[in-house]
Amino acid sequence: MDPNAAITVTGLRKSFGAKVVLDGLDLTVPAGTVYALLGPNGAGKTTTVDILSTLTPADGGEIRIAGHDLHREPQAVRSSIALTGQFSAVDDLLTGAENLRLMADLLHVGRREGGRRAADLLERFDLVDAADRVPSTYSGGMRRRLDLAMGLMGDPRVVFLDEPTTGLDPRSRRAMWDVVRGLVADGVTILLTTQYLEEADQLADRIGVLDSGRLVAEGTADELKRLVPGGHVRLEFDDAPSLHEAARLLGLPVPDTAGLALEVPGEGGVPELRSLLGRLDDARIDVAGLTVHTPDLDDVFLALTGRPTPAEVDA
Amino acid sequence: MTTLALTVTDSATMLRRNLRRAARYPGLTVIVAALPIVFLLLFVYVFGGTLGAGLGLPSGGRAEYLAYVVPGILVLAITGGAQGTAIAIAMDMTEGIIARFRTMSIARASVLTGHVVGAVVQTMIGLTMVVAVALLIGFRPSADAIEWVAVAGVLAMTSFALSWLSVAMGMWTKTVEAASNVPMPLMLLPFFGSGFVPVESMPAGLRWFAEHQPFTPIIETVRGLLTGTAIGSSGLVATAWCAGIALVGYLWARRNYERRPAR
Repeated sequence: MDPNAAITVTGLRKSFGAKVVLDGLDLTVPAGTVYALLGPNGAGKTTTVDILSTLTPADGGEIRIAGHDLHREPQAVRSSIALTGQFSAVDDLLTGAENLRLMADLLHVGRREGGRRAADLLERFDLVDAADRVPSTYSGGMRRRLDLAMGLMGDPRVVFLDEPTTGLDPRSRRAMWDVVRGLVADGVTILLTTQYLEEADQLADRIGVLDSGRLVAEGTADELKRLVPGGHVRLEFDDAPSLHEAARLLGLPVPDTAGLALEVPGEGGVPELRSLLGRLDDARIDVAGLTVHTPDLDDVFLALTGRPTPAEVDA
Repeated sequence: MTTLALTVTDSATMLRRNLRRAARYPGLTVIVAALPIVFLLLFVYVFGGTLGAGLGLPSGGRAEYLAYVVPGILVLAITGGAQGTAIAIAMDMTEGIIARFRTMSIARASVLTGHVVGAVVQTMIGLTMVVAVALLIGFRPSADAIEWVAVAGVLAMTSFALSWLSVAMGMWTKTVEAASNVPMPLMLLPFFGSGFVPVESMPAGLRWFAEHQPFTPIIETVRGLLTGTAIGSSGLVATAWCAGIALVGYLWARRNYERRPAR
């Protein structure tokens, strides 16, 4: 096991009755990095987070979080983690400030230190004006921020974010991303689950694609994108003769002339582009425009699971 | 901190949370007191004349029945409080905050203990209101200061035991609606005991049940302390019942807390 890993999971199994939800999941998250678990509904994302945050017992497998064995030392794990879910875990009858003070009391940090941390977090999460109101008057984004702020009162080293931006408007989503980046800058390790490919792309150092309780692929966003074919360079021309000439030169079938564009298969690397443009230049063919298309995570998801992306399934 | 100190500190934090919630939603406390007060007035002014005559006392009447029925009404109020507790914890369980507590390094029993102690405080406030109304309409108990303290102790003990049971029930049920229905039989039990009429007036089978169910010794103890009737072994039996109910409720509640689905 990697001693620098904040989260190590080996052979994690979980069934609910006859339904196998996690079927031998392995994952390692180095300290201070962001790992995104990406998968459709029912892939086992939330179950994974529930098990790692000690809410649900696993049927089998080894889990170490922040240096503690989850099965043997659950309380030590609990004092190192925070969980923010898609269902916000705030007390609706207490004000924002009272919710934070409740956390301070439960963490035994003392009145003064608790007050200081609460004030810091209210400031950091732009909740100062809302501090003395109850969360039922908050917007979705504010609730989610209060929820995360409550989790951060204990200065956790590992934070689980279960679909942190599901149901948020684009602006609140970007605000949440900024908060997550701030945590990473402080050295916090983050495991996030998401249905949004863009979110994984934006935030995660590594992405694991979860399907039917197993990781079907893992890597950086770029590595995952390279797993699937479909990259091409799109050349645009000013007139049909240039288009035809280019097609002949590159040995491609003559395309539909209406678009005045040609798709050249390839990964769009610099040497490849230089050589391509060089050949066209030598043949004195004017290229009006050029775009490089690399496969996005949607393509990856479809290729790996044989299904469209979860976001599309939802829609 | 030791485990015990942690449990006490965390339970106190949870108690503060529950009392603050109760203060912000005083409706539940009022309901806990209002229903028994309605029953008190109903039984004294509507049924009291007739029921009092049936008590077999030299001067049976409405005033005698008032003295007889107060302990039954108090226990009824405790069962109403237990129902409120089941509803409160079921509501709490539907909010994500309990999942948050479970992911925190806090004493495991504190969430439940906070609810139970909060419920006892709430119920005792309700009981005080019921006693105040009883005194207002002419209830003149013979109890001295020590006996009043003992009455408070027996009622708190009963409320504590039933609160553990209702916390377990509130967690066991899946919905708030079910949580309000499951403790219903508890509210009927004082009627099938010595709460409203003497058990001697009941048919044999029912009388056997009334004499052996937990509320009868509790009611008899309170009645003896308030009005000087014979207590006998009722105090001990009541304590044993409460200890048993509290233990079963506690174990059941803990099991539900540990095993409940994540969120």
